[in-house]
Amino acid sequence: MAPTKRHHTLVVLVENKAGVLARVAGLFARRGFNIESLAVAPTDDPRLSRITLATDAESAPLEQVINQLDKLINVVSIRELPPAESVERELLVVTVNAAAETRGQIMDLVRIFDGRVLNVGPDKLMVSMSGGPNRVDDFESLLRPYGIVELQRTGKVALPRLAKAGGEVGEF
Amino acid sequence: MKLNGGQALMRSLERQGVEIVFGLPGGAILPAYDPLIDSTIRHVLVRHEQGAGHMAQGYAQATGRPGVAMVTSGPGATNIVTPLCDAYMDSVPLVVITGQVPYAAIGTDAFQECDTTGITMSVTKHNFLVAAAQDLPQVIHDAFHIATTGRPGPVLVDIPKCIVDPRNPRSALEWYEPDSHDLPGYRPRTEPDAAAVAAAAELIGAARRPVIYSGGGILKSRAAEALLRFAELVQIPVVTTLMNRGGFPDDHPLCLGMPGMHGNYTAVTAMQRADLLITLGARFDDRVTGKVGAFAPDAKIIHMDIDPAEIHKVRRADVAIVADCRVGIEALSAAVAARGGAEAQADRRQWHETIADWQQRYPLVYAAGEPGEALKPQFVLEQLRDATPSDTVVCAGVGQHQMWASQYWRFNHPYTWINSGGLGTMGYAVPAAIGAKAGRPDRMVWAVDGDGCFQMTAQELVTANTERIPIKVAILNNAYLGMVRQWQEMFYGERYSEVYLSPDLPDYKGWAEAMGCVAMRIEHPEEVRPAIDKANEIDDRSVVIDFRIDTTEKVFPMVPAGASNDDIVLDPSQQPPPR
Repeated sequence: MAPTKRHHTLVVLVENKAGVLARVAGLFARRGFNIESLAVAPTDDPRLSRITLATDAESAPLEQVINQLDKLINVVSIRELPPAESVERELLVVTVNAAAETRGQIMDLVRIFDGRVLNVGPDKLMVSMSGGPNRVDDFESLLRPYGIVELQRTGKVALPRLAKAGGEVGEF
Repeated sequence: MKLNGGQALMRSLERQGVEIVFGLPGGAILPAYDPLIDSTIRHVLVRHEQGAGHMAQGYAQATGRPGVAMVTSGPGATNIVTPLCDAYMDSVPLVVITGQVPYAAIGTDAFQECDTTGITMSVTKHNFLVAAAQDLPQVIHDAFHIATTGRPGPVLVDIPKCIVDPRNPRSALEWYEPDSHDLPGYRPRTEPDAAAVAAAAELIGAARRPVIYSGGGILKSRAAEALLRFAELVQIPVVTTLMNRGGFPDDHPLCLGMPGMHGNYTAVTAMQRADLLITLGARFDDRVTGKVGAFAPDAKIIHMDIDPAEIHKVRRADVAIVADCRVGIEALSAAVAARGGAEAQADRRQWHETIADWQQRYPLVYAAGEPGEALKPQFVLEQLRDATPSDTVVCAGVGQHQMWASQYWRFNHPYTWINSGGLGTMGYAVPAAIGAKAGRPDRMVWAVDGDGCFQMTAQELVTANTERIPIKVAILNNAYLGMVRQWQEMFYGERYSEVYLSPDLPDYKGWAEAMGCVAMRIEHPEEVRPAIDKANEIDDRSVVIDFRIDTTEKVFPMVPAGASNDDIVLDPSQQPPPR
C-alpha cells in the first residue's frame, strides 16, 4: 500500500464504560499519532457510545491501529469513513468582536451560513454555526478579521451516506 | 447466600478450578488473604511480587492452565508490571489480582495507592477495576474467559479494599454463579475461512521450496500433534521459533530447529531461499526476520494466526487464515488430503537435498576446550541434556545462556521449554521454573541461568525451599553480562562498558546454601557429569550448580541486528558459505 498521509475519519462503537476513551486514545498516543478531532456520546443504545475521531496518519500504520483498536475488549466495532462515503457535521460556537460599525456585516455572514446568534453584548456577539468541516472552516476564516475572542469547535461527527434509491442503506 | 467480597473472590477462583495462587499480602489486599485460610487453593508465598508473576507464567506455560497471582496495591502492583508485560508479549494466560485502596480514597494519593489499571492498560489483554462487590463473581468469570480464549494473555483485576473488607458494608453481596459473558466487543474467531484454507492448500501443493514457520501459537492452541501430522503429510521441513521449541520434535527428520538471530544456518537459510512460508502461529518477529526488506525475498506467505492484528503487520500475507492453529492446521491437512495428499505435491527432492547438504556442511559447532581451560557452556548443556530425562522442563533467563540452551537442547516434547521470548526479561528462569515445578511436580525442572540473570531473582529459591517445590539451577557463570559483552566485542570495538560482574562476588555456592539449597561449584570438564548426576538424585531440596564457563565464548551463528539473514555470521571455524 502506498503511504498516503491525510485526514482519516474513524467511527468507533464502544461500550459506554469508565476508562474506555483512555484505552482508545492510548493506542494513538503510543504511536505518536495526534488525534485532530474527537467527538464522543452515547448512541440510541445507552450501553454503547460512538467515538468519531479524525487523525493524520499514513494508511499502512493506520491499518495497524485499526486492527489494534479492534482487539480492545470494550471496542464493539470500528470503521473508517472516507469523506466521499459519509455525511460529516461539526458545530462551532464563537464569540467575535462586533462593534456597531461591523455588526451588520457579521450578521450577514451568520445569515449566509445558516448560523444563529446565541448571546449579544455591547460590542461582542456569540454565534453558533454547524455544517460540514470545510464550511465551518470557511465561516471561521471569514469571521477572523473581525477579531475572535473565544472559539470552540466540537469535532466532527459522521454517519455513512445513504445509498441512492434502489440501493441498500450502508450498514453500521 | 450472603458473602463478603473476599469470600466471593475465593469462591470465584475455586469455581475456575484454580489450584494454586502465587502472591504476597499487603495492606490493601489483606482482607482477601483471610478467607484464603479456609479455601482449597494453595498459596505460594513469594519473596518479591515479580517472582509471583513469573511463577504464574511458568505454571501456565508448563500446564496450559491460566496462572494466578495476587499482590497488594502500589508497589505490589508496580512490581508485577514486568511479568504482565512479559506475559502480554508471549501470550501467556494470567489472571493477576491486585489490591487497591478503598474506593473513597482512590485519587487522593493515599498510602500505597497507584493507578494500577492506568499503568497496566498497555501491558494487559484487558484489566478491570471492580466497582462493587456484587460485580466480583462476574468480573472473575470474565477475566478467566478473556485470559484463556482467543490469543491468550494477562488480565488484571484491581479490587478496592472496601469491597473485600468484611467490616465495610460495601463488601456485602448476594452470591451468584455467572454462566455467561456480556462482552459485545470480544468475539475471538477460531474457525478458519474455507476459501482461504483451499487457497493455502493450492499454494502448498505447487511449492517447490516450502518451509513451515511454526511459532508459539502451536503450543498455545495445543496443536503440536496436528502440526506433526500436517508436516508428515506434505513432507515439508519445519523451523521452530524460540517460542515453539518442543512444538515439533527436534529429532524428527523434517525438523530444522530454531531460525533467527541465533538460529542455525539451515533454518535461517531455508527460510531465506524458500518460495513459500507456511506461517503457523508466528508473528515475523524482528529476531526471526532480520532486516525485514531482505527477509525471504522469493517467498509467498501463508499466515495463520488467531489474532487478526498479526496479519499483514510486518509482512503482507498472500493467504491469510484467521484461526486457532489446531483447528486451522487440521483444516489445512484435510484440504491437502482432498487435493490428492502427498502424491499431489510438487517434486521437492532437490529442495530436500539442498537442505540436507546445508545441515551436513554447517552444523552447530563450538571449539571444544583443551584440558585445563575454562568450561565451554555448550559442553555443559550437552552433558545436562544427556543426563536428564527427555521430558525435563527447561527454563531459561535471557541472554547467551538462553540461546545456547535453545540451540543445544533436544526438545522432543511440547511444553518442555519455558523462556521469556518477546520481552527478554532477565531473571525469568528461577521463578518460572518454580511455577513450572508447582504445576508439573512429576517432572524434573532445570533452570538454565546466567550469572547476571540469577542475581535478579535468586531470592525465590527461598520460596522454592520453604514451599518444597524443588528445582535445579545451572548457572552458566562467565562473570559478565555475556550477551552485551558479545555485542561490545563484535560491534563496539572491544570497548567493554559496564558488563563485568565478577565470578565469585557473590559467592554463588554460599549464597545458594544460605537459601537452603544444595550447591556446587564446577570448574573442570570431568566434574560436570558427576555434579549433574548428583543434582538429579536430589529431590527434596533445590540444587544450584555454579558452572565457571569460558568468559570469551560467543553465541554463533549470529545475524547482526538490522542485517539481512543472508549475512549470517558462522562460528569462526566454519568456512563462510558461498553467496
